[in-house]
Amino acid sequence: MLSPTIVALLFGGNDVIGWIVQIGFLAFFVIFMFYGQRFQMMVMLREVETHLTRLKLIRDDGRKKALDTIKEIGKPAGDPTERIDQFLEYIAIEPQNMDPSGIVWKLEHLLDVRDVRFKDEVKLMAPEADEAQINNLENTLEAAMALNMIYKVIRHFYLLGKKTLSLYVIMQIQMVLPLIMKQAEAYAQALRAFSLGQPIGDGAGALVAAKLMQGHKTREIARDVVAAEVPIDGRTAYVLKAKGPGGNVGKPGEGIKKLIEEKKGKISTIIMIDAALKLEGEKPGEVAEGVGAAIGGPGVEQFKIEDAILKNKIPVNAIIVKQDIGDAVSPMRKEIFDATDPVIERIKRLIMERTKKGDNIIIAGIGNTIGIGQ
Amino acid sequence: MAENVDNAQKYSPFLLVIILIFFVLSLAALFIAVESLIEQADALNSYSFLLVGFFGLALSIYMLLQSRGKPMRVTLELPRVITTLECPKCDFKNVRDFQRDDYIFKETGSCQKCNETMKITAIYREAKKKES
Repeated sequence: MLSPTIVALLFGGNDVIGWIVQIGFLAFFVIFMFYGQRFQMMVMLREVETHLTRLKLIRDDGRKKALDTIKEIGKPAGDPTERIDQFLEYIAIEPQNMDPSGIVWKLEHLLDVRDVRFKDEVKLMAPEADEAQINNLENTLEAAMALNMIYKVIRHFYLLGKKTLSLYVIMQIQMVLPLIMKQAEAYAQALRAFSLGQPIGDGAGALVAAKLMQGHKTREIARDVVAAEVPIDGRTAYVLKAKGPGGNVGKPGEGIKKLIEEKKGKISTIIMIDAALKLEGEKPGEVAEGVGAAIGGPGVEQFKIEDAILKNKIPVNAIIVKQDIGDAVSPMRKEIFDATDPVIERIKRLIMERTKKGDNIIIAGIGNTIGIGQ
Repeated sequence: MAENVDNAQKYSPFLLVIILIFFVLSLAALFIAVESLIEQADALNSYSFLLVGFFGLALSIYMLLQSRGKPMRVTLELPRVITTLECPKCDFKNVRDFQRDDYIFKETGSCQKCNETMKITAIYREAKKKES
């Protein structure tokens, strides 16, 4: 049994304290009725602010890492800080799509210009770096650019939310923050892997191709794409991948197109191997098979491949190695590395089942070939 | 292996003033409670002040601890990356930490057994138990 004193204390008596407690309760309800949303907004803003501070630290750390790597590898004569800061703000304006006809070629041209410009900038920043190191440094700076962009976008929404005091502006950024933070951390890991030249999860396809072309003569079939002629069970496989070991994805679409033209369309099948994003619950390194052009990026290379195979009615098979965004851009996990042997087995099985002796086949290992030679 | 980036968080003077006011009021409530308990005056009021005083004191200490200028850290786990070298002649394997300029299929170093040039056959991140 509660004593009358305690009962009076908890539920309010007729004394001064009881009145204060009751007025306090009433005030609490009235305040929350009118200002509840504002309190909720303040809590959300605080959360966004905390994440924004963390993003800033990640961004600054990435910038510092990129700067240190350029100084260490490139040995520039002067201080490259200002040039790097300008590079981090670099923009690429997408082509106008009101009339979509021919947009792929416009986009390809812009991407080529961007790529050449990036490489020239890196060469100026790091005059002592060799070709592979220039590619790695370019990738490092691109990761730093991505971190800078993420930070600035989140800061934009945070400040906009603060300025307009709109719950919906703040809410939309607060809801996606966990995914954005995951992405930012993945880019931070990627930056380190690029600066050291370590193979990344995205290179699974390139690694499979490199394993297949080992011991065979390679030639540069398209810009930054190498190909080798590999005999497999009486068939001739043209294996291609981006030119390593520098960070590079090359132009595999261009390579496949050229090979088809060289063979006058006489290609029995194309097998493409690439890393693909897994769903939560799936294991990293899981291998799946299907049809279609397994290639990511802005879509130009996929378009070229689809265009070339349609003209010649060539079947295209896809093998993917599953991984999450963090694994795709951070140093290659053992599970992903180990998945390359089962992929090769699947390729051989596909070749046996889908082609006959004497046929020509294209095997394309797609992905960033950083840290993977040929 | 981890790399830390430290950055001191800013104090909020406004929050510190509120905490101070809260703290002083709580002490005052406790003083009144103890005084009335000693004098054996109104028991209900004494216990109420005691409760309010302790609650306020706990809350202000908690707020003060929370708002301390703790350095904010960004800890990025740097995974251990392993390089495996193999001798193409005698299959001798050498496993070591990754070094800059290592790449898969690079020919580097000589075999301890047969003196043949070794080749890097694998570079991967060491698996962690907690990773799914």
